Amino acid sequence: MANLASDPSRSPLGGGSKGRFKSELSKRYRIDSLFSAAAWTAVTLLVLVLALLIGDVLVDGAARLSWDFLTSFPSRKAEEAGLLSALVGTIWVMVIVAVVSFPLGVGAGIYLEEFAEDSWFARAIEININNLAGVPSIIYGLLGLQVFVRWMEPITGGRSILSGALTLALLILPVVIVATRESLRAVPDSLRQAGFALGATRWQVVCNQVLPLALPGILTGTILALSRAIGETAPLITIGALTFISFLPEDLQSPFTVLPIQVFNWISRPQEAFHTNSAAGIIVLLGVLLLMNSSAVLLRNYLQKRH
Amino acid sequence: MDEQMEAVLRAEQVSVSYSGSTAVKNVYLNIPRNRVVAFIGPSGCGKSTILRCFNRMNDLVAGAKMDGRITFNDVDIYDSSVDPVDLRRQVVMVFQKPNPFPKSIYENIAFGARINGYQGDMDELVERSLQQAAIWDEVKDKLKDSGLALSGGQQQRLCIARAIAIQPEVILMDEPCSALDPISTLRVEELIKKLIENYTIVIVTHNMQQASRVSDYTAFFNAKATETGGKMGYLVEYDRTENIFHNPQQQATQEYVSGRFG
Repeated sequence: MANLASDPSRSPLGGGSKGRFKSELSKRYRIDSLFSAAAWTAVTLLVLVLALLIGDVLVDGAARLSWDFLTSFPSRKAEEAGLLSALVGTIWVMVIVAVVSFPLGVGAGIYLEEFAEDSWFARAIEININNLAGVPSIIYGLLGLQVFVRWMEPITGGRSILSGALTLALLILPVVIVATRESLRAVPDSLRQAGFALGATRWQVVCNQVLPLALPGILTGTILALSRAIGETAPLITIGALTFISFLPEDLQSPFTVLPIQVFNWISRPQEAFHTNSAAGIIVLLGVLLLMNSSAVLLRNYLQKRH
Repeated sequence: MDEQMEAVLRAEQVSVSYSGSTAVKNVYLNIPRNRVVAFIGPSGCGKSTILRCFNRMNDLVAGAKMDGRITFNDVDIYDSSVDPVDLRRQVVMVFQKPNPFPKSIYENIAFGARINGYQGDMDELVERSLQQAAIWDEVKDKLKDSGLALSGGQQQRLCIARAIAIQPEVILMDEPCSALDPISTLRVEELIKKLIENYTIVIVTHNMQQASRVSDYTAFFNAKATETGGKMGYLVEYDRTENIFHNPQQQATQEYVSGRFG
């Protein structure tokens, strides 16, 4: 191939520059390699930055990681402080966010994609949802403060796990809805037609044929959205999540804190030792994130294999 | 046309438009029971559109509108008392491109029966349907395999098996062989001739030899250009297949079947 590319006029096939064609193979291959080099550089840069970040955090915080660190409550003394309450808070919040946002988001996505007629109303909702996906998270915090913390206080108990989780669920709903719609749209229409032509109702077609195919994509989108939620700090601070919690939540109405808030709290203290705690906290947060993502990948692969 | 023949489906003055532009106009047509009727004609003549009116698949197309009357066993299928879901169980459809569900062969057959509340023995129904569709011997040892693992021709016969599993009266086929090789096509055609003992079949085809081989009656549709630059289809001639091919009454039919256009 190489000599073919370097000298097209001497192509063994003799078609090099016949008639009005100028094959210019070497030039075309040069563009190929240019582009693949550019793509490679982009990937390398990203990986490098990520490696630097993780490396920096590991150097600062790895030594601080211990079982005690995971199982202790925060403390005024940096070497005794741990992030048990934040870790448990994050798990509570993420579970509730998933439980609330998955059915709501997927349901809304299915409705908009499979059931709604193409009307001005449906289009208005669509535009709104797409816009909501771009609203800064602190705005959701303000909304959560008014609606969940104040108006719904009898149910949520004010500045509680439930208020925080509902706020974050609201924040990621647009992303889940958009991901659901994209996945549904990727299912070939011929399958819906096949279902209808056998006398299936719309829900039978969606439930039996469309949804199983779209589920891996929906799960991927939901996990990406949850990954965003797990790192959110601003809206939770807005609704008043505490930074110093020395007890475990008892129910959904308990006050709470989460990992990013704990990290933020430690890093903003003057003592060096707390900064080390902060780095260790970041490692734990990344670990939880990784665990969540990999279990989603496993689940998706399992679902895909069934078809 | 023999008028004594009992018509299962009857189209009277049927016109269909998509978003206001007429696709096919003023079609009168009777589909006799236990016969094969072929729809032939150039692209854009509305033959598939008419086919899709018979089981109201056009209802699912945004902007589609039908005028006129279509009856199935003398019941107006566009009457408000008729549920299209119920209609499609009795007037099923097989599509141009084989579209088995991405599930096992067994599940492909069982799906339609299950959603329609089939009470009998599912294993037996699956076997009988696959046998009727002349594909049982090829798949009986791999019922748990994906329907997508079959060849194109086998997939299409699986789709036919899936259709007859719900025991319909009419099978609508929209160019069922256009994505198949000649040998697979032949097998599907043999199958059609066999199915006719129990079912009524309407088949849209671009292949005139196929129409002459499998059908008892042939409807020739043609299209004319409209002022707006679109095409409008209409029924030119409908008669026994041998008449359409050997003794057509219209010159357009004569020219089409002899291959002078289309």
